[in-house]
Amino acid sequence: MSTSTKKIAIAVMVLSLTAACGGGNDAPSAGPPGAPTLEKESAGGGAGSKAKLLTEADVTLGDIDAGMAEQGKTTYDVKCQACHSMGENRVVGPGWKGITTRRKPEWIMNMIVNTDAMLAEDPEAQRQLEECLVRMPNQNLSMEEARQVLEFMRTL
Amino acid sequence: MKRPLMLTTGTLTLAGLAFVLVNSLPGCRPTTTQTVVTGDAAAKVYVKPGTHDEFYNFVSGGFSGQLAVYGLPSGRLLREVPVFSVDPESGYGYSEETKGMLMTSSGFIPWDDSHHPELSQTDGVPDGKWCFINGNNTPRIALVDLGTFRTKSIIEIPNSAGNHSSPFTTGNSEYVVAGTRFSVPMGDDAARDVSISTYKENFKGNVSFIHPDPGTGRMSIAFQIATPGVNFDLSHAGKGPSEGWFFFSCYNTEQAYSLLEVNASQRDKDFIMAVNWKLAEQLAKDGKGTRVPGKHYSNWWNEETHSAETTVHEDVLQLDPKDHPGLLYFMPCPKSPHGCDVDPTGKYIVGSGKLAALIPVFSFEKIQKAIAANDVEGDFAGIPVLKYESVLHGEVKKPGLGPLHTEFDANGNAYTSFFVSSEIVKWNVEKLEVVDRVPTYYSIGHLMVPGGDSKKPWGKYVVAYNKITKDRYLPTGPELTQSAQLYSIDGDKMELLLDFPTTGEPHYAQAIPADLVKPREVKFFKIEENKHPFVAKGEKETKVERRGKEVHVWMTTIRSHFAPDNIEGVKLGDEVYFHVTNLEQDWDVPHGFAIKGAANAELLVMPGETQTLKWIPTRVGVWPMYCTDFCSALHQEMQGYVRVSPANSTVPLKGETVSVDAGV
Ligand SMILES: [Cu+2]
Repeated sequence: MSTSTKKIAIAVMVLSLTAACGGGNDAPSAGPPGAPTLEKESAGGGAGSKAKLLTEADVTLGDIDAGMAEQGKTTYDVKCQACHSMGENRVVGPGWKGITTRRKPEWIMNMIVNTDAMLAEDPEAQRQLEECLVRMPNQNLSMEEARQVLEFMRTL
Repeated sequence: MKRPLMLTTGTLTLAGLAFVLVNSLPGCRPTTTQTVVTGDAAAKVYVKPGTHDEFYNFVSGGFSGQLAVYGLPSGRLLREVPVFSVDPESGYGYSEETKGMLMTSSGFIPWDDSHHPELSQTDGVPDGKWCFINGNNTPRIALVDLGTFRTKSIIEIPNSAGNHSSPFTTGNSEYVVAGTRFSVPMGDDAARDVSISTYKENFKGNVSFIHPDPGTGRMSIAFQIATPGVNFDLSHAGKGPSEGWFFFSCYNTEQAYSLLEVNASQRDKDFIMAVNWKLAEQLAKDGKGTRVPGKHYSNWWNEETHSAETTVHEDVLQLDPKDHPGLLYFMPCPKSPHGCDVDPTGKYIVGSGKLAALIPVFSFEKIQKAIAANDVEGDFAGIPVLKYESVLHGEVKKPGLGPLHTEFDANGNAYTSFFVSSEIVKWNVEKLEVVDRVPTYYSIGHLMVPGGDSKKPWGKYVVAYNKITKDRYLPTGPELTQSAQLYSIDGDKMELLLDFPTTGEPHYAQAIPADLVKPREVKFFKIEENKHPFVAKGEKETKVERRGKEVHVWMTTIRSHFAPDNIEGVKLGDEVYFHVTNLEQDWDVPHGFAIKGAANAELLVMPGETQTLKWIPTRVGVWPMYCTDFCSALHQEMQGYVRVSPANSTVPLKGETVSVDAGV
């Protein structure tokens, strides 16, 4: 397909989504692709020992950093876009528009870097999985990349 | 079918008689197929669900051409690594990128007969970095990277036929060797087109020294040494005091070329050939060799482009021992020797005459003395033959029938397999005394002690790799899976712990503690580092493009869809190339790709990897494609269509992934 056709195809895909994941627009949770399983965790599984999750104190937000957001967009294009639209609607996982107003920053960060632990332990992540029925892939983002993706989400 | 090693029908008949005799001796063989296994044997091999085996066991696939990996002590099959044979499961040898790994000067060869795995070493001890394995039939050596459990490099061996005595390694894997089993005429076409009856004048052997680059694993032939026309069987490098030397067993010193089972069993003694490889290395460095015809392929897997790189070489550096006294010596060895094994101290070289009723043990110190004193009994085709008595440490008398191969523990003991009398015999290397024997079921070929051919054996177990399996497992027709048997060697007496089935012919094996391999494991390929020319880093980069009659599809996979999943505008007569990039960055989440009517295979694409399937549609219509590896709850939904139109069609080429809301 030509470059312009391709752009259109992608635009259509992104803009025309309407159904939210599982329907509940009140609390569609986000889950950017995640990180390597923690060392002590069993792979691909989830039922590992308790992981050390990030807490509110670990993630502080300031004014939106445009540079970081741009880096986050680059990561999104390669590793997240296949499953998450920049709009409100679900592709495989939930759309990202407005996600930072519905989910706490540390929750989003944990879904990215501690994916398997969250799917194993966090009730909201588990509820999300029941709706989407596809385990969020652990996309092996570094903490820094995850933070950049969070910054990108804030611009949506 | 079962292969009775190098033993011939005639030998077997003779051996059959001997077997009856041995069988009637007390303590040699039980009369039933059942063995007495002591009460705690099961506990000794039980590896709890969720826990790991202590050793990786790398077992040759024999005529399957592959390398199998088992856990010890459980005997669980962990992996089958495609090496010399195509593998539909992974698309190895079928995908466009991997086809180059199986290219040779005879074209694309999708099969071989792989016999001997050999682990790379540092300071004479296996280091868990690579596993080498030979291809006998179209002489090749492969290097498997234990970071990925994938074939990293394959080199063809020119001027060789039946690449049997390989790929044994030097103490720091500076070289692995390849000795030709069949001697053959060499040179240009005219020189090779000779009557077989001119064997003695025109047929030559040679041994090749292959250098694997320590960083890249790319292999090259450093030099070959021309030898008289005999058959080389097995080999081992010296170590410790004998470091710098290599030893090769050879048979058919009769130089027969017909009915070898009789004609090559005439002499009481054949030879072990001692090679001063440090001298050969120096001669090669000093430019003393000559370049001779020897077309060969060198194939290497580039992990950045996810593709094979193939280089063709027209000639090879060869050293002629006639010009270089001191390079080669023959030592008489009774009779038709197979194994040629160096003990952990490096002081002793054990020969195993398949037809001999004893085990000769040579002393490296005595070999050096005999060389210095020119203590020879003559020459063979110009190569000095050292006096048997002068180089002998001693003989193990009446050990059993058909000694084949010896490995060692860390306590001065040797373990020799006996094909004809189906047993393992433990003996003391210094004292040359038999200390224990235990039956195998049946017809053992090679055996293996973890680290048992290195400077520091880990000991603990000996594994028998058997040729016959009748009545060990539930029958499955005329052909039965072959078998391995695990014995404990911790105590004074060897103890059978476990039988386990193996694929292909479990010819030889190596084992190493799991802790040396596990930490290096690659879990996925980083998408950022993917330099495949057709990579799509994200769905944004997916596209469809026509290049004349070729249609290229940049496709991605992630749980649980393809992009694009709808392609139109392909025409009859087109060749379609699906370049599939797996966007996953998670361990153990490959995606498959299959399309109806594909004449080759499927693809199995690892996380972060790009692989290409070529597909030539044969009829007009809409052709489904799908993921073959169950990847998520919605795996069955991971599918798509390709529309194929007549050759003169004007349907525009396009590929897209249409969202739920676009009006389906
Ligand atoms: Cu799939």
